Amino acid sequence: MKYQTVIGLEVHLQLNTRTKAFCGCAIEFGQVPNSGVCPVCLGFPGTLPVYNKEALNSALKVALAFSCQIQEHTKFDRKNYFYPDLPKNYQISQFDLPLSRNGYLDIISEGKTRRIGITRMHLEEDAGKLIHESNASLVDFNRTGVPLLEIVSEPDLFSPQEAFDYLTNLKSIIEYLDVSDCDMEKGSLRCDANISLRAEGAKELGVKTELKNMNSFKGVKDALTYEVERQTEMLESGQAMVQETRLWDADKGITVSMRNKEGAKDYRYFPDPDLTVFIIEQDMVSRIKANLPELPQEKIRRFMQDYGLSEYDAKILTSSKKDAQFAEECIRKYPGTDKKIMVNWLIGPLLSESNSRKLNLSELNVDKDELISLIDFVENQSISHLSAKLVLTQMIDSQKPAGLIIKENNMLQISDTAELEQIVSAVIQENEKSVNSFKAGKTGALMFLVGQVMKKSAGKANPKVVGELVKRRLTDA
Amino acid sequence: MSIDKETVEHVAHLARIELKPEELEKLSRQLHDILGFIDKLSVLDVEQVKPASHILPISNVLREDNPHTCLTPDKALENAPSKSGNFSSVPKIIE
Amino acid sequence: MELNQLTAHELLEKLKNGQATPEGILDSLYVRIQTLEPKIKAYARFKPAAKISLNVQAGGLFAGLPVTIKDNICTEGLNTECCSRILENFRPPYDATVIGKLKSAGCSIFPLKANMDEFAFGSSTENSYFGPTHNPWNLECVPGGSSGGSAAAVASDEAIWALGSDTGGSIRQPASFCGVVGLKPTYGRVSRFGLIAFASSLDQIGPITKDVEDAAILTRIISGYDQNDSTSVNQDVPDYSVSLGKDIKGLKIGIPKEYFVEGMDPQVKSIIEEAINKLKSLGAVSNQVSLPHTQYAVPVYYIIATAEASSNLARFDGVQYGYRAKSDSLIEMYKKTRAEGFGEEAKRRIILGTFALSHGYYDAYYLRALKVRTLIKNDFDAVFKEFDFIVAPTSPTPAFKIGERAEDPLKMYLSDIYTISVNLAGIPAISIPCGFTKDGLPVGLQIMAKPFNEEMLFRLAHAFEQNTEWHKIKPRL
Repeated sequence: MKYQTVIGLEVHLQLNTRTKAFCGCAIEFGQVPNSGVCPVCLGFPGTLPVYNKEALNSALKVALAFSCQIQEHTKFDRKNYFYPDLPKNYQISQFDLPLSRNGYLDIISEGKTRRIGITRMHLEEDAGKLIHESNASLVDFNRTGVPLLEIVSEPDLFSPQEAFDYLTNLKSIIEYLDVSDCDMEKGSLRCDANISLRAEGAKELGVKTELKNMNSFKGVKDALTYEVERQTEMLESGQAMVQETRLWDADKGITVSMRNKEGAKDYRYFPDPDLTVFIIEQDMVSRIKANLPELPQEKIRRFMQDYGLSEYDAKILTSSKKDAQFAEECIRKYPGTDKKIMVNWLIGPLLSESNSRKLNLSELNVDKDELISLIDFVENQSISHLSAKLVLTQMIDSQKPAGLIIKENNMLQISDTAELEQIVSAVIQENEKSVNSFKAGKTGALMFLVGQVMKKSAGKANPKVVGELVKRRLTDA
Repeated sequence: MSIDKETVEHVAHLARIELKPEELEKLSRQLHDILGFIDKLSVLDVEQVKPASHILPISNVLREDNPHTCLTPDKALENAPSKSGNFSSVPKIIE
Repeated sequence: MELNQLTAHELLEKLKNGQATPEGILDSLYVRIQTLEPKIKAYARFKPAAKISLNVQAGGLFAGLPVTIKDNICTEGLNTECCSRILENFRPPYDATVIGKLKSAGCSIFPLKANMDEFAFGSSTENSYFGPTHNPWNLECVPGGSSGGSAAAVASDEAIWALGSDTGGSIRQPASFCGVVGLKPTYGRVSRFGLIAFASSLDQIGPITKDVEDAAILTRIISGYDQNDSTSVNQDVPDYSVSLGKDIKGLKIGIPKEYFVEGMDPQVKSIIEEAINKLKSLGAVSNQVSLPHTQYAVPVYYIIATAEASSNLARFDGVQYGYRAKSDSLIEMYKKTRAEGFGEEAKRRIILGTFALSHGYYDAYYLRALKVRTLIKNDFDAVFKEFDFIVAPTSPTPAFKIGERAEDPLKMYLSDIYTISVNLAGIPAISIPCGFTKDGLPVGLQIMAKPFNEEMLFRLAHAFEQNTEWHKIKPRL
């Protein structure tokens, strides 16, 4: 029996506003426990919430970036349950009139383009952090009240790889909007997965398993991969599937069932009487939509079209908004007619530096004018390509201008024919054997002799010119 | 609408209130009477009526994203029945 | 006359003329309290031996006049316990907005808090963890509730003036039972920030005073937009004192026929009819009106108010403040803390409210109640199209004996019939003394007006008061 995997993902995104959702506590990381709190986010008796304007703006940006329909009349609801990291013992969330619905994300996964539906995106507040000790649990309320956007996908993902791709695509778009750090390790992006298996061709969804505790995109993929195997085994051996929640144990590489004593939870949602209704008017939506930055997929297409990049290269250069901006500015600034020259520098030496230093292109701190100057030195053969790469490294390290580094390191190429002739003569004289080899038909000797000239000139000879000179000498004589 | 003891017990659990058997008994009776009284609402035709979630015609109340002064951990935990360092402490959560 | 027997506006005169000092006023109150508290118990946590000290603020318009505050309004550093065991020793780290306004106006916050029904659940102040307050007019009777302590203190001159809170009549009914003035402002007129919530869509803080002029002054001080309260209305606060002394010729009064039915005490009926005649003799015009959904007000209230309360009181769990029961596990801690910390009425209402929101019952109860609330509001809107006021009794009976209704919660709930609709509709209403029964128990006249028409209320109430002597009569203590 063949089984089809069906996956839906629930992502909780922390919005990067300065202050919390319902109070003015500044959101900072690494704070002393319970120092970034106030009576409101502590849920002290008598306190009341007032929603953060910036959080609403950020959430609308995300909703529009994923083509969601915006709910004109939206409201907050209380989700009632008891837990120590939830000071009011209810979470302010949204139930039946969420901010937005019916969006989508197109992903390219395993060679296919797939449209993944986004069921809804809604606003809510975060809970605190619990630290479990042997005899007690400790609560830190710094995180309570941080604004969250919950993004729920349709069960449209059919493999762990697709789930992974969905997450990376989601992240890159959201990063472009600059509304969240999207960092799973830091907790600004959290992901729970729902997975079920059904017989291939079946229309009904199978029994759902909820997966929690994945701390990275890879973790999500691994957990789902494990689940597919586990559930397949169970189904094939005729065991009944129960709806449950399982925790991913990254160390052991398995999922473990959470003992579920409660049965279905009754959150007793009702509209929060402490907050007003929000009317999101069409002109506000239009304004935000018009001001959305160019999103990754459009940018990739445009880079391919305008600068002749391959899809692969375009993707690399646009992998972050700042990198794309840097790359584009470099290309635009380059005065030469052949923009490809700059493009090659970006996807070649600069990307190389970026990888070895584990920094983004935009973080390398390369001065665009200096880069152009460096490229000129190479194009007019004043320095060799090899030297240029070294200059680039030093430019990044020392922030010195290209010209100065070249001068300080005496890197100017010798292209003067007369000067080079002298070195060529010397080498030819010293390497009679090679000369004879060449004359005997071993063309490789030419390269050897060129290499010797390069060596003798401490790499400063222009290899192209040397090559020509040596060739002429060998064929002439 | 009658409300039986089982329902009251379930609701008490949702509300995290422990009820002694006598309390459960008494409460069930009282709630039964109260709900009987409340049932008079069921005669009304409210099909076309909008629910009054808010009595005021105001909307879109938002605040600027500006920080205020926070409490110190001492002040935040001043009323805590049990604390440990800068944390509030609760009995072990048994999952 | 003793200083404690005067009104705030009379004391203000004396302070201005140098005929009294804040310390002198305080001493006079202190003497009165020492003498009467053992009998009346208007103040929670009163300890006979403790000398009350005040931080008498010099300057400010009200130059140190002390205001008595109900135990559910947060006062920084001063115990605020809602007269419940579950909030024992709670010292808020912040002031309610109204407290800030009082301080800015120069008032002093009286360090003893007024007794109340636990969490404002009740109509008699018998549900206080500290025991009932006794009605100054007859110590065997209740003072009304839930602001019974505030009303009794003002009536017995143990306070100059006081703040109470009103969710279903909790200012007006005790004012009526104690022969003093009590106003519930329009919903949204006074900030709820710092008022420990009972029912968020119904609660309002308001004054309880010896006469209408004091009520006008105090209402002005506490009213106004608060950016910390999303349900606070941004509308200018008029100088309510300007409405005093104006004539009431031609003002139209509606008398709701549904309020004059069976169950009403015949003495109350005749006293109210007299009062209405008095208003007519002063030039007001009256006519019968109909509020057809009156009979549904109590059930609607008891669903909405308890549903909201069940959620608002979820935070009382022993984690961050108040009483915590001994226990080994978290869930046991929650259940025992709440079982031992809450009184019987609190538990009853929380369970009723939880039930009304629970899965399967939400539509039939909560949602339906919200819809009927609209119908009730529409009734008032219709009447106010033609009439300036609606006039009715505050309570169907005068103060009843302590213990008389304790075992019959339903009967207790039904006595709120005249006050409850006002909160459901969000309109302002005032109760003023208008006579006494043969047993010497006060009867209150209730006047209701359109939203944000407190000026009209003060105008009519003042005219009535100044042409009668009821407000001058004090209990024999």
